[in-house]
Amino acid sequence: MTTTRIFINQTIAILWKDIRCELRSKQTWMGMGLFALLVLVIFNFAFDLRVDNKAAVAPGALWVSFVFASMLGLGRTIAAEREKGSLDRLLLCPVDRKAIYLAKLLGNLLFIGGVEIVALPVFAALFDVPLVVASLLPIVLFGTLGVAAIGTLCSAMAAATRARELLLPILVFPLIVPVVIAAVRLTGDLMAPSANEPPWLGLMIAFDVIFLSASMLTFEYVIEE
Amino acid sequence: MSGPYLEITALKKSYGLKPVLRNVNLVIQRGERMALLGANGAGKTTLLRIVAGLTRPNAGTARIDGLDCVRDAQQVRSLVGFVAHQPYLYEELTAWENLLFFGRMYSVAHAEKRARKLLQQVGLARRMHERVATFSRGQVQRLSWARALVHTPPLLLLDEPETGLDTEGTQLIEALWTEHTAQGGTSLFTTHQQERALALSDCVVTLKDGKIAKV
Repeated sequence: MTTTRIFINQTIAILWKDIRCELRSKQTWMGMGLFALLVLVIFNFAFDLRVDNKAAVAPGALWVSFVFASMLGLGRTIAAEREKGSLDRLLLCPVDRKAIYLAKLLGNLLFIGGVEIVALPVFAALFDVPLVVASLLPIVLFGTLGVAAIGTLCSAMAAATRARELLLPILVFPLIVPVVIAAVRLTGDLMAPSANEPPWLGLMIAFDVIFLSASMLTFEYVIEE
Repeated sequence: MSGPYLEITALKKSYGLKPVLRNVNLVIQRGERMALLGANGAGKTTLLRIVAGLTRPNAGTARIDGLDCVRDAQQVRSLVGFVAHQPYLYEELTAWENLLFFGRMYSVAHAEKRARKLLQQVGLARRMHERVATFSRGQVQRLSWARALVHTPPLLLLDEPETGLDTEGTQLIEALWTEHTAQGGTSLFTTHQQERALALSDCVVTLKDGKIAKV
């Protein structure tokens, strides 16, 4: 078997294992979904939504709910394995650490994506905004990828500490500021198009590429003792 | 390759200011079983973790079949099977799924066939499709042995490998271990019980305060 084939097989095996464990334990994705919906409901009641300020408030509320819900899932990515001791067993295997990172990232994307699919129609209904799926899809995809790429790496850093729940947002939030700004501005632009906007989508893709590459390269040093 | 199979030279490890291993030297020949005796905190588990490539030493080297456990960690991992006193299996998965998962991690050819055989050998064939969370402590330990052997490793590192096993489990595991040794496998294991160490090993080494006290 070639190295690439082994890499792909191991990545798929770890991803399959994580999905199966999560679907059976239902520890994370249920909490993430409920949390995202609660944030949207609270924002809906907290802000005075009139037609003239809807475009300014709604995108922020949507991305805050996505980012906060993501933190719940990202926090469990590595911490659950470390708490159970199974991370050591995984690290004992002759598996490329990049494969572990990629599998964890894909798992996070899948669970966050699932939460977003549930939350988006609720957001559209609560905030009374049209859901332009085709235009929103790349924004959600690249925005989520940016959050998950950084979050997966930081979850490995935080999992090695006792105050992991506290440390993870402190590590992640400053780093995802550019991607969240870009995502909010792009989402806002769909509701109320404005001229002379910077190329936010291009910036978001560049951000994703840089952080994905950096995370893949540094994960090995973060995860090992 | 001739020469010692596992060679540990001037190994030192500290956690913060506390030294755990102080200049440990050990040599194990191919096919040999060595027991590590010692009180809690003597450094037994740390020594096994260094050999397995899970922990980096501060100084010294550990070499398996000529490969350095730090520099050649990826190759060394394929040579090692590890049984810890805590099993650390995936409780949400079944015994079968656990073995297949680790089979894939080690790129084992015919992983299904190997997993089925091992589950029979450890007496868990009837419960192979049940979740590990429903297993007793002894059954989990037996499955842990099966996992350690799934890739047919030439070196077994066993940290208190009989933890939680009943008489039947101990017999099943001893048969499995004997088969591994008969095929030329080498073992390094820790235990607190001197009589078990003498019964199961070719050589007994006592660790005290991170140093080899007696061979």
